[in-house]
Amino acid sequence: MRRVGFLVWKELIELRQDPRLFGIVILAPILQLFMLGYAATTDVRNVPVVVADADRSAASRDLIARFEASPNFTVIGIVTGANEIDPYLERGRAWMALSIPAGYGEELGAGRPETVQVVADGSDANSTNIGLGYATSLIAAYAQQLVAARGSGGGGGGIDARVRVWFNSRLESRDFMIPGVLALLLLMITTNLSAMGIVREKELGTLEQLNVTPLQRWELVLGKLLPYALVGMIDVFLVLGVALLWFQIPLRGSVWLLLALNLVFLLSTLGLGLFVSTISSTQQQAMMTTIFFFLTPMIYLSGFVFPIENMPRVIQWVTYLIPLRYFLVIVRSIFLKGVGLETLWPQALALMAWGAAILMLAIARSTKRIA
Amino acid sequence: MRKAIAVAHKEFRQIARDRRTLMILLFVPAFFLMLYGYALNWDIRHVRLAVEDQDHTPESRSIVSAFVNSGYFDLVASVDDTRIAALMNTNEVRAVLVVPSGFGRRLRTGARAPMQVLVNGDNANTATTVVGYALTILQSESAHYQRGPWAPLLSVQPRVWYNAELRSTLFLVPGLIAYIAMITAVVSTALSIVREKERGTMEQVRMAPLGAPAFVVGKTIPYFLISLASAIGIILVAMVLFGVPMRGSWWLLLLALSLFLVGALGLGLLISSVSDNQQVAFQLAMLASFLPTLMLSGFIFPISSMPAFLRAVTYAVPARYFLIALRAIVLKGAGAQAFWQDLVALAIFAVAVLVLASVRLRKEWA
Repeated sequence: MRRVGFLVWKELIELRQDPRLFGIVILAPILQLFMLGYAATTDVRNVPVVVADADRSAASRDLIARFEASPNFTVIGIVTGANEIDPYLERGRAWMALSIPAGYGEELGAGRPETVQVVADGSDANSTNIGLGYATSLIAAYAQQLVAARGSGGGGGGIDARVRVWFNSRLESRDFMIPGVLALLLLMITTNLSAMGIVREKELGTLEQLNVTPLQRWELVLGKLLPYALVGMIDVFLVLGVALLWFQIPLRGSVWLLLALNLVFLLSTLGLGLFVSTISSTQQQAMMTTIFFFLTPMIYLSGFVFPIENMPRVIQWVTYLIPLRYFLVIVRSIFLKGVGLETLWPQALALMAWGAAILMLAIARSTKRIA
Repeated sequence: MRKAIAVAHKEFRQIARDRRTLMILLFVPAFFLMLYGYALNWDIRHVRLAVEDQDHTPESRSIVSAFVNSGYFDLVASVDDTRIAALMNTNEVRAVLVVPSGFGRRLRTGARAPMQVLVNGDNANTATTVVGYALTILQSESAHYQRGPWAPLLSVQPRVWYNAELRSTLFLVPGLIAYIAMITAVVSTALSIVREKERGTMEQVRMAPLGAPAFVVGKTIPYFLISLASAIGIILVAMVLFGVPMRGSWWLLLLALSLFLVGALGLGLLISSVSDNQQVAFQLAMLASFLPTLMLSGFIFPISSMPAFLRAVTYAVPARYFLIALRAIVLKGAGAQAFWQDLVALAIFAVAVLVLASVRLRKEWA
């Protein structure tokens, strides 16, 4: 055990001698959480709208004022002809165009039904869908007011649907995304660190020197991992602090459980890095393997932004191999639902098994490789 | 220029020796696009639905079947009050319909009949869509039971341009193209200079009669050719497999792509020149390319929803401009007059990072 201690000491000294790396590892996660915390919102607000108002009446200005007053829309320009909206949509300056026909005010004033057109840029299908929904319901509400103002009150009956959203009643995507960003940052920082850890010594030739010391293989692995785990845990505290104090994400579950499972997750990310280290002969290979074969699939297929239930069946099976998938469920559930191990034990178990397996694999590989 | 070509030649031979890296750079990107283009979409279908029917009348059953027949919901359970929380906690269901007793009677007598839709909001984006589906279904069901004159005065006629069926693939695939091209380019150059520093071969380069700009350009050329080949590969895959249309000009596409790739490669070189070792370079590359391209380019998260200071940051992300140009060319068939500002921005970015990398190297050599 003392030998492991020495190795840990050596690694820590190396880390300290490299102030730039140290700074990145400590500062980067905080900076990123700040940025991503603000960026990672799938809420659609301020949809840029261009209005083609061929009517130019008090009634049409009233409708435009509704759009201007709504937090969901920003009116970026008012033109007259419907053909003038093309450049706005082509360039992507406006996502949506509201086209009010000539004679709009007159028709409405006479109590005859009138139709306005909403043209949406479908190249961003997701936001467009949501934006169209906003526009439709805004106009529907306005239409209802128009009817009510004319005193011809609506009929009774019908279904009165009351929608209640659980766990995140304001539908803030931030409350959902920030715990995810937390998991992602941990994964990236720690995997990178440990992936370069051993292969670097290989490349610089210092691994030979470690080999002639009386260190056992597992001691070498442990000594390499512990300092990185330490750095990882520091990152956990920093990032958690920002999430809770700055973004005020509600933490409804137990903070101890969260920390404990964070440690388990770190085990698997560090193990993954080590594994990459053992199968690469240069740092460039290690970097590419990590980014291409581990980080990218994890980001896309873990459910971080793209819901797993939308994926084709085959891919859904593949996602069971991804540790981040389990950890995301864990972090989000602890944050948003406040549930404990009684619900999360399958994920916790899977994460542990994954971590143990990859570590064993890494140790086995490194024995073969170095000896 | 001859010196730059000499450096390029040397770099080419070095790349050719590392087969694994070359294969990764050339073929993995196209494979990735296949995988992710197939796997990812925002189109929410098969929402798992549970029903708590306390009413058991023809009306309540017709509401449930309206949900199932819409194609968006899969009925997975009929539950009572006590099990709802457990099902929602484990994400076994995303939405629960609660039909109270007396629902059918109220509808028949022309009274307002309340009912409840519970939605699991842990993923706000999915939840918003699910709420929208549910409200639409209920509105049209409700119309069957409504009485009295209710002719809406104003109606909307929605029309979607460029992507009439709102297929999310058409939106995601261009984003994936930008992401994959960026990663491939940055990864290939981010370590190239710092490696020479770490191994000590930089000293030899320094001794050679070679200026910093020639060195930087020479390092860029081979990787430019490789990443251009792989980027064209992924664009072809996108068109053949995912039905991404090509409505604009190939030459414009090639121009936008080249500017973007040179910028990305230059960014990699800049990272490489400021780093002392490969570990630092790796972390910087992640910080400067991987995350911004994913998060700040408008690929996944809409830029207009971001706060002002962050919107300002996105102007420094080249993928932002490339995405606008790419979508404009491929989906909208727009000409250069629609997005020339974005091309100029890409060019400025490319020149800026290359110049910065050369300046930085010259300072180090001096």
